[in-house]
Amino acid sequence: MERLTYLGVLLFIFAGSAWLEIGLRTRVFRRWKRLLLALSIPFLIFVIWDIWAIASGHWSIDPDRTVGVVLFGTIPIEELIFFLVVPIASILSLEAVRSVKGWPLGDEHPDSRGDEPGHTDARTARS
Amino acid sequence: MTYTQIAIAMVVGVVAVDLLVLRTRLVTRRGFWVAYAIVLFFQLLTNGMLTWLRVFRYSDAVIVGNQPADDGPPPFFGEGRIAFQPFEDLLMGFSLCLLAMALWIYWGRRGVQPLPRSGPPIWRRSTGASATGATTTPSTHPGGSSDSQASP
Repeated sequence: MERLTYLGVLLFIFAGSAWLEIGLRTRVFRRWKRLLLALSIPFLIFVIWDIWAIASGHWSIDPDRTVGVVLFGTIPIEELIFFLVVPIASILSLEAVRSVKGWPLGDEHPDSRGDEPGHTDARTARS
Repeated sequence: MTYTQIAIAMVVGVVAVDLLVLRTRLVTRRGFWVAYAIVLFFQLLTNGMLTWLRVFRYSDAVIVGNQPADDGPPPFFGEGRIAFQPFEDLLMGFSLCLLAMALWIYWGRRGVQPLPRSGPPIWRRSTGASATGATTTPSTHPGGSSDSQASP
């Protein structure tokens, strides 16, 4: 059971955030192409950093508390899952806040290059 | 380079990407900071547990604090640690999440699956037009059932 420690924490993070897809209608998994595009670059950058840091001795991961699947000779599979589960949880949180509060985040007008001049027009003008 | 130096450089780099490269400017938006506060709470909880259990161990040479001997957990607070984890982990978590969230907004703005939008929460009555409505956002008063079609 001890070997499931890290994987169990990852499962907790995933379960603790994935319910937002239904409960707050975040529609993040439903927009899976956009999600994969958003995840790919952070995943590559942080996994490369992680492999380099483990190889350089910056940190280590206890082999007794991971399932034992190690990739590239250095990185436990839990680390790869971490760099998917945590960004997914953060995007779910972002859309959950928007679902509840309705605050704009800059993508309300696709292809407008972000600086929407009137994003506070109709909603806030109406008393 | 130490973990401290790399982690600080990553925060500066990702904030620059958000502001200047993608121009998503999430760090200027209230919704981002509320979402990050939620993420931070769970990072302190989960990453704190993993460092307390010493699933993660860090080299003394690369963090501000130090890794205690094998017979005990690191301090809860102090010596460069916050909720057991090196404060450098908080910088790494911030840069990881900001980069992913900024790219999510970037691709949506570029027209990759901007719809269906999020919301409203299931406990609020949906007016049925939320997913396809062009400019409507969820009404902030819970009882509102028919005013989302209000015109200016």
